[in-house]
Amino acid sequence: MRRIISMLMENEPGALSRVVGLFSQRGYNIDTLNVAPTDDPTLSRLTLTTVENDLRIEQLTKQLNKLVDVVKLADLTEGAHIERDLMLIKVRATGVAREEVKRTTDIFRGQIVDVGPTVYTIQLVGTSDKLDSFVAAMAGAEILEVVRSGVAGISRGEKVLSL
Amino acid sequence: MELLSGGEMIARALEDEGVEYIFGYPGGAVLHIYDALFKDCKVPHVLVRHEQAATHAADGYARATGKPGVVLVTSGPGATNAVTGIATAYMDSIPMVVLSGQVQSHLIGEDAFQETDMIGISRPIVKHSFMVKRSEDLPLIIKKAFHIASSGRPGPVVIDIPKDVTRPDETYEYRYPKSVKMRSYSPAQRGHTGQIKKAAKLLLAAKRPVIYSGGGVILGEASELLTQLARKLNYPVTNTLMGLGGYPGSDRQFLGMLGMHGFYEANMAMHHSDCILAVGARFDDRVTNTVSKFCPSAKVIHIDVDPASISKTVIADIPIVGPVQSVLTELLSQIDLLTEKDAGVPDQAALKRWWDQIDEWRDAHGLFTGRRYAESDMIMPQQVIESLYRVTGGDAYVTSDVGQHQMFAAQYYRFDKPRRWINSGGLGTMGFGLPAAIGVKLAFPDQEVACVTGEGSIQMNIQELSTCTQYNTPVKIINLRNNYLGMVKQWQDMQYEGRYAMSTYEDSLPDFIKLVEAYGHVGIQVKKLADLDGAMENAFAMKDRLVFLDIFIDPMEHVYPMHIAPNGSMKDMWLSKNERT
Repeated sequence: MRRIISMLMENEPGALSRVVGLFSQRGYNIDTLNVAPTDDPTLSRLTLTTVENDLRIEQLTKQLNKLVDVVKLADLTEGAHIERDLMLIKVRATGVAREEVKRTTDIFRGQIVDVGPTVYTIQLVGTSDKLDSFVAAMAGAEILEVVRSGVAGISRGEKVLSL
Repeated sequence: MELLSGGEMIARALEDEGVEYIFGYPGGAVLHIYDALFKDCKVPHVLVRHEQAATHAADGYARATGKPGVVLVTSGPGATNAVTGIATAYMDSIPMVVLSGQVQSHLIGEDAFQETDMIGISRPIVKHSFMVKRSEDLPLIIKKAFHIASSGRPGPVVIDIPKDVTRPDETYEYRYPKSVKMRSYSPAQRGHTGQIKKAAKLLLAAKRPVIYSGGGVILGEASELLTQLARKLNYPVTNTLMGLGGYPGSDRQFLGMLGMHGFYEANMAMHHSDCILAVGARFDDRVTNTVSKFCPSAKVIHIDVDPASISKTVIADIPIVGPVQSVLTELLSQIDLLTEKDAGVPDQAALKRWWDQIDEWRDAHGLFTGRRYAESDMIMPQQVIESLYRVTGGDAYVTSDVGQHQMFAAQYYRFDKPRRWINSGGLGTMGFGLPAAIGVKLAFPDQEVACVTGEGSIQMNIQELSTCTQYNTPVKIINLRNNYLGMVKQWQDMQYEGRYAMSTYEDSLPDFIKLVEAYGHVGIQVKKLADLDGAMENAFAMKDRLVFLDIFIDPMEHVYPMHIAPNGSMKDMWLSKNERT
């Protein structure tokens, strides 16, 4: 099943490579990866998604927890949570397509953030599924470029991942 | 406060850490450090002949003493040569601190002379690593490295040190921290009491129990507690290859090693057990054979300081994360409480039936209840280990390389004490034995140290005979010479119809006697069984000489028992070339 694993790690050189290296070393796949500093500049928040069975996830989280740079870790999919992926997508917008792209963007509550004579750049935020659906809905248009941030996630309610 | 340069801080920090030996090899990037060692450092440095040997010698020292081994190598090839030894230590959870030189900070990433990304290369084979950016960080980083290497599940830590960080013309205030706390690193200090209570109950209710203990018992200094537990309950004990000596090898309750080349009675007892107490062991593939067929009726209690070792391959019914010493202490007192309450546990009648069954297995195929190797005109390898055992009174430190000789030593030298058996179990590194023996002999100069090897393995680090001359480490090298890469040959006999693909070199072997003499040592050739004990005694009588016993053994012998794979269970074994379970 698809898991969202989120962790706080020391904001130090080499920390990211240890996490990423662990995946190849132990034969796991990373589907998405997102990492940035937090409000505490000594800590980075890293969120990744992977599809594995429960046993392998248990082993993976243990191995990640063992990394000295990893301070705290949570499997967000174990509880209620919010996940967001951000996509920037550049599509050809000429002729009939120009109007159609705009309409579809509105339906998905996306924003056109850059307009050119022949292209639109659309920003869309949501779950990975929603972003996938949008790309599918754009099948009729000519997609020039797709950039996604990877999933960032947070637990619902009082539950927090912090020190 | 004292002002020291980066190089001087390293020398001083190693002193303050109580390091006894530095094993290393100088080179451009570490010359400032070497100069500081030369000028003022109480810690002696052992110059090896190849960096791989530095790591193995430090590793042997660590296994024998329990203290972290310390290695100092230069950048580039110095660092990459050390990699095999670091991986060896990592696989067997051996505490080690490796200081590797690095090119000057401003050159990093420019493909400078002798530059290599040591942090990157070593990443999958270290417990942790540090790149030093500022000289003033050195004391804290060194303290952290020793702390991480030797606590929790131990392992190697690499500190990569750019040359400019150690420059002699810039000095800083030096203070070595007494202790260190890290928010992201806190190994378990004790086990969960509820789990330990459950374990005690399950253990006492068992009718066919086995205690299966591994290297963690030795690393965690818990051999005495384990022995106490086993004796109190009168339960049988088997050890992994890494766990030998964790329970007295000559004791009646000891079933011998288990696994691929484990004892018949040990593997049979495991397979038929209804309760396995795994302590500091990791259900490695060389133990379990086919995991899905592993011990079908056993409930598993698994004690380990590393949570990731638990339920990695075999699912534990009662997992207990904690240091084996503290968990076993608590388990013992829980067992005392329960047995006081109910004098009927454990079920003595069931236990007697279990021991009767085990003794039956032991009588039928145990390695010490009859001659289990073939008749031969030549010396049999097993006889060499038995001779070594007799002559050293079973109390030597025995290092080994990797292959048939390693398995014969593990089977036939009955280790009664922990830390006496020193071998590369996880990585299986040929070339480990001789440098490891150097490390052990330096730690315990008055103890007998034997390196059991083969003519294949010994040639992988034979240059260390020179180090032995320089530092006067009179170890005894027991060379089981069969003129083949014996374990490779065994597999080729069993699975490749005797096609000995690249496993022979008889015509090109050196004259080992002349070779060791060239280094200033003593060589003795043994070809007849009648001469074996005499030569062995003779070798150990030469207290202050390194003696190389070149013993010609029967090349056709195989190591048995041997698990039948693939798709076999613990109880499926070859017992000889034509006998199987």
